[in-house]
Amino acid sequence: MEKRVVFDGKLLPYALLLPQLIITLVFFYWPAAQAVRQSFLIEDAFGTSSQFVWFENYAHLFTNPDYYRSMLTTAVFSILVTVFSLSLSLLLAVQADKQIKAAGAYKTFLMWPYAVAPAVAGVLWLFMFQPSLGLVSQAIRSLGFDWNPTLNGNHALSLVVMAATWKQISYNFLFFLAGLQSIPKSVIEAAAIDGARPARRFWTIIFPLLSPTTFFLLVVNIVYVFFDTFGIIDSVTGGGPAQATTTLVYKVFSDGRLGGDLGGSAAQSVVLMILVIGMTAIQFRYIERKVQY
Amino acid sequence: MVERKTIFSYLPHLILLIGIAVVAFPVYVAFVASTWDPATISNGQMPLRPGPHFLENYYQTIFVGTSRTTREPVGGMMFNSLVMALTIAIGKIAISIISAFAIVYFRFPFRMTAFWVIFVTLMLPVEVRIYPTYKIVSDLGLLDSYAGLTIPLIASATATLLFRQFFMTVPDELVEASKIDGAGPMQFFRDTLLPLSITSIAALFVIQFIYGWNQYLWPLLITTRDSMQTIVIGIKKMIVTQDALTEWQIAMATAVLAMLPPVLVVILMQRLFVKGLVETEK
Repeated sequence: MEKRVVFDGKLLPYALLLPQLIITLVFFYWPAAQAVRQSFLIEDAFGTSSQFVWFENYAHLFTNPDYYRSMLTTAVFSILVTVFSLSLSLLLAVQADKQIKAAGAYKTFLMWPYAVAPAVAGVLWLFMFQPSLGLVSQAIRSLGFDWNPTLNGNHALSLVVMAATWKQISYNFLFFLAGLQSIPKSVIEAAAIDGARPARRFWTIIFPLLSPTTFFLLVVNIVYVFFDTFGIIDSVTGGGPAQATTTLVYKVFSDGRLGGDLGGSAAQSVVLMILVIGMTAIQFRYIERKVQY
Repeated sequence: MVERKTIFSYLPHLILLIGIAVVAFPVYVAFVASTWDPATISNGQMPLRPGPHFLENYYQTIFVGTSRTTREPVGGMMFNSLVMALTIAIGKIAISIISAFAIVYFRFPFRMTAFWVIFVTLMLPVEVRIYPTYKIVSDLGLLDSYAGLTIPLIASATATLLFRQFFMTVPDELVEASKIDGAGPMQFFRDTLLPLSITSIAALFVIQFIYGWNQYLWPLLITTRDSMQTIVIGIKKMIVTQDALTEWQIAMATAVLAMLPPVLVVILMQRLFVKGLVETEK
């Protein structure tokens, strides 16, 4: 798609693009290139000299059980958050899509958690589930369950999953609601006249027609869990206990900073970059299809 | 639809109300905690209704800060967050709208190259280039400055794509008419394009304001001085691993204050927010 009528100008378009391109090159491309370069280097303990080591950092990374553990944590984390937040928000969106009173008010009261910073969301959940004084943790303990996210990795992971799900429900809800509202009512009415009950109408008509939205949200949610949950993890668990909540992104951060292993951290960055490129490609391929659909 | 009205027709309301209650509960608990004294909270006997220390706790939070951990008044942190959010939102919109204008309304060598250079930044989130970006900002001497906090986050592929898409829908006749009137490109941009884009700009502003206010990883790396902290960083620093040291009433008041501006923006500008959300994802 191109404009038929354009302006003449030799230098003006470059001048208009300049600020964006400078920032992009200085703060995006240059550091990305540095990350790639660093991933082939090993620095000595004082950071004064470095040695080119080919793929040693990568070899080290892929023989390190901690890295596989972090991959597994990220996978479990992504699956849980995606499944929970998608199903809960679909349930809510389907209810809000029925012609009921005050649907607009329900929408307002469900959309605001989008605006809460991940790190703040983490602190809210941390407070409720804090082992000694948290309201919910006291209730859990009074049932005789020994809840302690600061010591038990599974408890910590479930806390992070809850906070991340809570924060993502509003986003998914809004997109599901928009998707539901764009399904032509005549199709659903036709099915109703043919005698299909609400449950059947949902599973055989609404759910399949909603699949583009669902697939789009699936990709967006996975990207969200990978990158935007950093604040939640850092404020709730700091990656612990014993690295039980260290996702791939959190590991890049903690290995580079606390471990001081810049080469290893850079190699992890490069692996992540390849993952993001893959996910973005999937997202855009899908968008192309949606335009035709 | 065609079903008879039964008791089940109230089911949607029930489910939605439970959903709203569950979603609001953590925030309510935080608000309640911000109105009690530390002793009530730390012995785990906090009731589920607001306490009598509302004014006292919020006064201390905004003007004094915690007494043991960060000791930085939260009012200053909110100012930093506000500067950061506004600069990022306005900066992103400004540089993206002019780049989209250049790409759509001019023909010049390397036009598509420039487009792709901007587009690929979608695939380079700050999380995958943490330390090299930090190093550049520190080499440029921008640590602990508003410029360091904001400029690296201002480039935006999504905003550029959004404006490009919008400009494509603007009828060519408008350009022709301006040309006949003898207007140059910048005059067309200012007098025709900008007024037409105003809703898109506002919708984008809402989304980017929230994005800027909620930044975490970047300010965590860039700010070392307590006076440069944003509120989202400040609250994390108030929570100490030795639980006895955490002043929960202050931390929770800070959480409420940290949520207030972006949540208000979403609720008051609902229509623009939803528009911005849907459009930036396209």
